[in-house]
Amino acid sequence: MTEQSPAPPTPDQMPGYASQIPQRNILAALFAPVAGFGVSLSNMFKPMVTEQYPREPANVKPRFHGRHQLNRYPDGLEKCIGCELCAWACPADAIYVEAGDNTPDAQYSPGERYGMVYQVNYLRCILCGMCTEACPTRALTMTNDFELAGPTRAGLIWEKQDLLVGLSSGMLAPPHPMVAGTKDTEYYRGEVTEATDAQRDWVRENRPDDPSLDGTRAGLAKAAPVGATRAAQQKITAGARREGGAR
Amino acid sequence: MTTAPTTPRAGVPLVPAAPVVDAPAPADTVTLTVDGLEITVPKGTLVIRAAEQLGIAIPRFCDHPLLAPVGACRQCMVEVWAPGRDGNLAKMPKPQPSCAIECTNGMQVRTQHTSDEADTAQRAVMELILANHPLDCPICDKGGECPLQNQAVSNGRSDSRLLGGKRDYEKPVNVSAQILLDRERCVLCQRCTRFCEQVAGDKFVDLQMRGARQQIGGFDTRLLDFAGQAPVASADATGGEFASYFSGNTVQICPVGALTSASYRFRSRPFDLVSTPSVAEHDAMGSAIRIDHRRGKVLRRLAGDDQQVNTEWLTDKDRFAFRWQDAEDRITTPMVRRDGQLVAVSWLEALETAAEGLRKAMGSGGVGVLPGGRLTLEDAYAYSKFARVVLGTNDIDHRARVVSDEETAFLANQVAGSPMDVTFTDLVAAPHVVLVGFEPEDEGGIFFLRLREKVRAGSMTVTQVAAAASPGARRLSATLVPAAPGTEAELLDGAVAGADNPALALLAERAAADGAVIVVGERLAGSPGALSAAVRLARRSGALLAWVPRRAGERGAVEAGTLPNLLPGGRPAGEGEAWDEMAEVWGATNAPQRAGRPVNEILVAAWGSELGGLLVGGVDPGDLPDPAAVRNALDEVGFLVSLEVRHSQVTARADVVLPVAPPAEKPGTFVNWEGRPRPFAQALVSTQASDHRVLDRLATAMGCRLGLATLTAVHDELDRLGGWRGAKVAAPDVPAPTPPTVAAGHAVLASWRLLLDAGRGQDGEDFLARTARSTTAWVSAATAAALGDPEEVKVSTERGCVTVPVEVVDMADHVVWLPTNARDCQVYENLVAVAGDVVEIAGSDEEVQV
Repeated sequence: MTEQSPAPPTPDQMPGYASQIPQRNILAALFAPVAGFGVSLSNMFKPMVTEQYPREPANVKPRFHGRHQLNRYPDGLEKCIGCELCAWACPADAIYVEAGDNTPDAQYSPGERYGMVYQVNYLRCILCGMCTEACPTRALTMTNDFELAGPTRAGLIWEKQDLLVGLSSGMLAPPHPMVAGTKDTEYYRGEVTEATDAQRDWVRENRPDDPSLDGTRAGLAKAAPVGATRAAQQKITAGARREGGAR
Repeated sequence: MTTAPTTPRAGVPLVPAAPVVDAPAPADTVTLTVDGLEITVPKGTLVIRAAEQLGIAIPRFCDHPLLAPVGACRQCMVEVWAPGRDGNLAKMPKPQPSCAIECTNGMQVRTQHTSDEADTAQRAVMELILANHPLDCPICDKGGECPLQNQAVSNGRSDSRLLGGKRDYEKPVNVSAQILLDRERCVLCQRCTRFCEQVAGDKFVDLQMRGARQQIGGFDTRLLDFAGQAPVASADATGGEFASYFSGNTVQICPVGALTSASYRFRSRPFDLVSTPSVAEHDAMGSAIRIDHRRGKVLRRLAGDDQQVNTEWLTDKDRFAFRWQDAEDRITTPMVRRDGQLVAVSWLEALETAAEGLRKAMGSGGVGVLPGGRLTLEDAYAYSKFARVVLGTNDIDHRARVVSDEETAFLANQVAGSPMDVTFTDLVAAPHVVLVGFEPEDEGGIFFLRLREKVRAGSMTVTQVAAAASPGARRLSATLVPAAPGTEAELLDGAVAGADNPALALLAERAAADGAVIVVGERLAGSPGALSAAVRLARRSGALLAWVPRRAGERGAVEAGTLPNLLPGGRPAGEGEAWDEMAEVWGATNAPQRAGRPVNEILVAAWGSELGGLLVGGVDPGDLPDPAAVRNALDEVGFLVSLEVRHSQVTARADVVLPVAPPAEKPGTFVNWEGRPRPFAQALVSTQASDHRVLDRLATAMGCRLGLATLTAVHDELDRLGGWRGAKVAAPDVPAPTPPTVAAGHAVLASWRLLLDAGRGQDGEDFLARTARSTTAWVSAATAAALGDPEEVKVSTERGCVTVPVEVVDMADHVVWLPTNARDCQVYENLVAVAGDVVEIAGSDEEVQV
């Protein structure tokens, strides 16, 4: 090969070519070198959107699917009946439930059956919410709390005591009998609004020292303490806030 | 593992697989169409079955293939066109229940798939059923495996038109301690009541009231306004009205969650469970079961479906008693005794200690082997080989019960090496069955149901040679030949045509009928001459002779040769051709020199330090006639190795304890009373090994190669070994003894084990224990009168006494019957007497009157 191939033509050398970029007017051409500061300058006068997480708690939307919560009826009995439909619905096999018998001496939920063991494995849970849809008693709902991270695997398997919501005013710590004259149907219909005196009398007789009897916030909190795993998670979260410079 | 050819030596495997039984060709058939598809079925077939054969599912609740049709639930409505009297095809005016009409020639059936009328009828019936059915599926045990749930989706409306409330009942009702009834869930299909009436015969529930208030109920007047006559049945341990051994079946066949069992209630959901087919370990029937387990824990057992053996039924003991397998006292590690205390050690150390101790014991008199009667064929074979090859002894006996030399000879002659000679098929075809020393309901629950099915159909009569007419015998309409224990031989020998005693003449006549079966139980070992007399009767009359033991492993152990006079496959022990065959497969050189001893003599020898050591499997000293003496022998023996699942009276005395797996945690083969192999798979993951594997390792530690480390290795060896075709041990021919004289104030003790008793296999099952029969002593009216018709009797021997309520039944005079091992009456522990002994008897309120 002795001949060299010719270099390809540049666009403006091509016949019939015209640039599509419009020509700037004179003023724009003049300010063009500093136009980029416009965004920065205008934002100096707008409110800041940066989230100070973990220094401050994150703002999530109200229907965000966070960790689960096991709810109570207004008299303090648990809503969970241990039916395992949540475990059945779970696509990630993250929920383990064992049911137990309610007895006259130990009634935890209305009716005959209650959830004796309830575990959610947050190493598996994908927070899809199918379990809450399956729950026939609305015992299982989801909260906005998403801070589920820690240094151990065991710390991510939440037990019933970690998931169970605390007692609020008017409630009485189970086990205690159902409101006299009611069946589970009345509970489902929302006809039970608070613990009755008969229930308080029963608890007084069987557990005279029960802190939920006095009805104060401190008493209620003491009667339904936060579970160990949840407490550990709260500690981890609080530590992360401090590290992030929480005030 | 061995690679030798697996051609059986004598042309027959040691325990051949059961032959496949084909259904007999029908004599008469009819041809009809279902949904336009033509099918030919035997005459008498129900329309719903014909549809099933075509793969057409018709919804149903009351229909059950083993129960008579009743047409109670009306769910299986179909449109039927049939040729009328004039021969023209005409439509039946109303939809018909397909479970209750038989197929006829030319019939045209239209199911919900092709007929709007059938579909409308089914949907309407479903709506009616659901009108009163509670929506408590989330807490119902049946939820997830419920025919009503499934069929409500497939054949029901998607919405409810019901505005009013639903029927409400107090729930649940305790029909027994175990069986719970939620009446509002019931759809009144009557499967449970029909089961009780048609199959078990011990009615504990029935339909009560009428119309909208119609309901299933027990016979407890405090719960229901039941004013009728409660059927006579035995009281259970709680003082309740009923004790049924088959009540669990009603829970399984209930098509809704109306009947549930207390032991499984709320324990699990069907979708949690992993099911493994298996075989029940509590009796010698080899019932097929299904083990349902969750996360390594057995939660329930259901009856499996095996038409040749247990059909679809199961005893409550086989169904509910499984918690012994994972009880608190399970042994998890090998243990060695140091300074009087058992300490957990490594397998290596335990095996070394055991090997050293056994070697020493072999030098100082030898080692006796007591494998126990609950082993699989493979495990029993390993014991048999271990005793002969490693320990060089014939001192091996799996029988933990009353034994006799006569029985040892009987087993070797009549039972060993003849599997499947008499089967359930022969049994149900028999026109007459003679039961001697065998109580079918207590000692083989399924045996009783198979007999009762034929007795009820009118094709069989049962004669029972027994001390008393038991509740089970009454339900079999059995002819009782009253026999005080010990006199069975005399009666059987007296059963000749034209005997003076009409009952014996009848017995002879029945036994001589073509296909008659004589069934002898393991208890007959305690009655001198009885087994010989049974052989003589069978020879005289041409009847089949079947031996039915109680424990699951007994028949397999006989085949595996865990008896002093037997080698595997029915080969007689000792030198000779039989041993040469064994020696070839085993690679052993010398036959054990001494004749073997049975269990009682082994224990005496151990007590007298004549034997240097004992190797004991699943034996409970309480199973043997003098438990205290057995415990003494175990204390006295120089060296004791125990292979056990749980801590026991044996492990408490053992020098080395080696843990083994319970049936749910190992694969194996039980051999049932027929000699039918009943292989089962391992249900649970386990850290424990089978007995044969442990014995293999123990042999290795003793410097011998047993070659039985895996199930395949055992099976290969059993196949190479094959059965024995040579001469058998001679049949026993013991003459009938002279019965003892019974002085006033004395009686002959009769006794057998009830199905539900204080056995360790039922540990951990309190609900089941409370459905056991209440303890009573049985005496005849004359015996009771001689005692002054007391409320309670005191039965005593020199060694102890028991006082129990007395019941007068149809039975031999001068005989008192006691349950052998009831929770509050343990004959061996309390009286140290066996059936046939003469005991003192007195009304217990006598002393009060004096």
